[in-house]
Amino acid sequence: MEINDILMAGNKSKGQRPYYLDDPAVERVLNITMALATELAVLRERLDTVERLLDSKGVLAQTEIETFVPDSAAAEARQLAHARYVARILRIVQQELEAVAQPENNKPMTEIAADINEM
Amino acid sequence: MDYNLPPVWTQLQQHEVFPTFDHDERARYNFLSNLNRFIATTVAPATKVAYDRRVESEFVATHGRSFQNRLELQEAMQHEPLYQTWAALRRCTMEMRQQNGRAATLRQAHELAAKVENLNRDNDKLILTPNFVQPPYLEHVDNHLMPGSYRTAYFDKDVSNAANYDSGLFVTSGGLLGSLTDGGGKAIAHWVKEMYPDFKPKRILDLGAGLGHNTLPLAQAFPDAEVYAIDASEPFLRYGAARAKALGIENVWFVQMNAENMAAFTERSFDWVQSTMFLHETGGHAIHRITKEINRVLAKGGLTLHIEQPPYTADMSFYEQFMRDWDAYNNAEPFWGFLHDLDPRDLMQEAGVAAENFIQVYVRAINDLDTAQTDATMQEDYGRTPRWHVFGGWKR
Repeated sequence: MEINDILMAGNKSKGQRPYYLDDPAVERVLNITMALATELAVLRERLDTVERLLDSKGVLAQTEIETFVPDSAAAEARQLAHARYVARILRIVQQELEAVAQPENNKPMTEIAADINEM
Repeated sequence: MDYNLPPVWTQLQQHEVFPTFDHDERARYNFLSNLNRFIATTVAPATKVAYDRRVESEFVATHGRSFQNRLELQEAMQHEPLYQTWAALRRCTMEMRQQNGRAATLRQAHELAAKVENLNRDNDKLILTPNFVQPPYLEHVDNHLMPGSYRTAYFDKDVSNAANYDSGLFVTSGGLLGSLTDGGGKAIAHWVKEMYPDFKPKRILDLGAGLGHNTLPLAQAFPDAEVYAIDASEPFLRYGAARAKALGIENVWFVQMNAENMAAFTERSFDWVQSTMFLHETGGHAIHRITKEINRVLAKGGLTLHIEQPPYTADMSFYEQFMRDWDAYNNAEPFWGFLHDLDPRDLMQEAGVAAENFIQVYVRAINDLDTAQTDATMQEDYGRTPRWHVFGGWKR
């Protein structure tokens, strides 16, 4: 048998899955979020391995990382990266805000379709 | 400050057939064992606080009385947000543990099968039964949410589900079962030797032994004994026989057999019949056929012991019963609740143990990992705490 490890790893076990939160949609998001949390923890552990290896090989000392002070260009680039990152994660919140702030741009698509049909 | 951290996965003994995990696969398990530790020590107690402060008093206010059974309590708890969070997280972490373990073992399934086959080639300790019929209760469920469960081989001689199981008990228990995940077997072997120093079993039978995690400590404690580990699962027996060989243990036979019918063993041919976390994975009728068979194969003067979670007795609170029953429906252990409603005295009577020879004790896992959780920091985690109820007795 051909082993599709990507698909088979996530196989469902027998029996109907119970949902615990009042809204199953929220539980779905919780499960996706916890998987992402796992991957972030994994990435941090990997980075820690890299730092310790670099330290042990004398490339840099881990204390250099802890006491690192970026120069002004680096500082700005990093803050910009944080800002972009936050905006990406919270896109849906921003868009829900825009929906309320700009009702004229928030018509249902069926309404827009009907409008366009008259254009 | 003692932060009560679980050991890292690399502290597990990497025996010859143990699956090879790369850096990130190990890190996933390390994260998940910490997540489980957090859920057990921080989220689960919040559920109890919510029960004490909100759920019970609201029920009393509505009904003018408290709960009369665990099912009423279960119904009330479904609406408690802290319970919902705990349950959703616990289910999530179990599913993640399966997915991550399967991802790591399935990608190397053919290598693992080859390694196991290499050790089993001239291994007379592995005795499989052609055309073996799985007991229906094992066909019917994927025990503890393990897709394919014990019975499945994805190709001829596949052992990937056994390797996944071996690699991942560490995660569920947070490393509390030791470097070979054998804390239960070690505990019972130690207890028997302490309590009965003159007991020298020549033949030991371990029922539903799986891959033999808890069988090997019995074989090590009694090196002159012949130990038979029986199980229905071909992949687990294959993996277990190879694992025992890799660990240099030579007095265990891995035999494919249904414990309901052990016709291959003659009457009164064992001095000790053991089961460890097995009976709750059987069925309502099967368990009585098993006890009858224990009685048949157990020698006069022999010992039978069974490690399980505690029964739901009248003096156990409905809350504790509810929490202990959680695994039955939410961790795919459907017979768990029914078993724990049975009186172990009655079961043992069927197995040939008279009431006056009945034994009931608690044992705690013996863990060789130095960073393991200590008694002082052990938080009750119901069905997960490595402290078990042992029942059984002597057949006089």
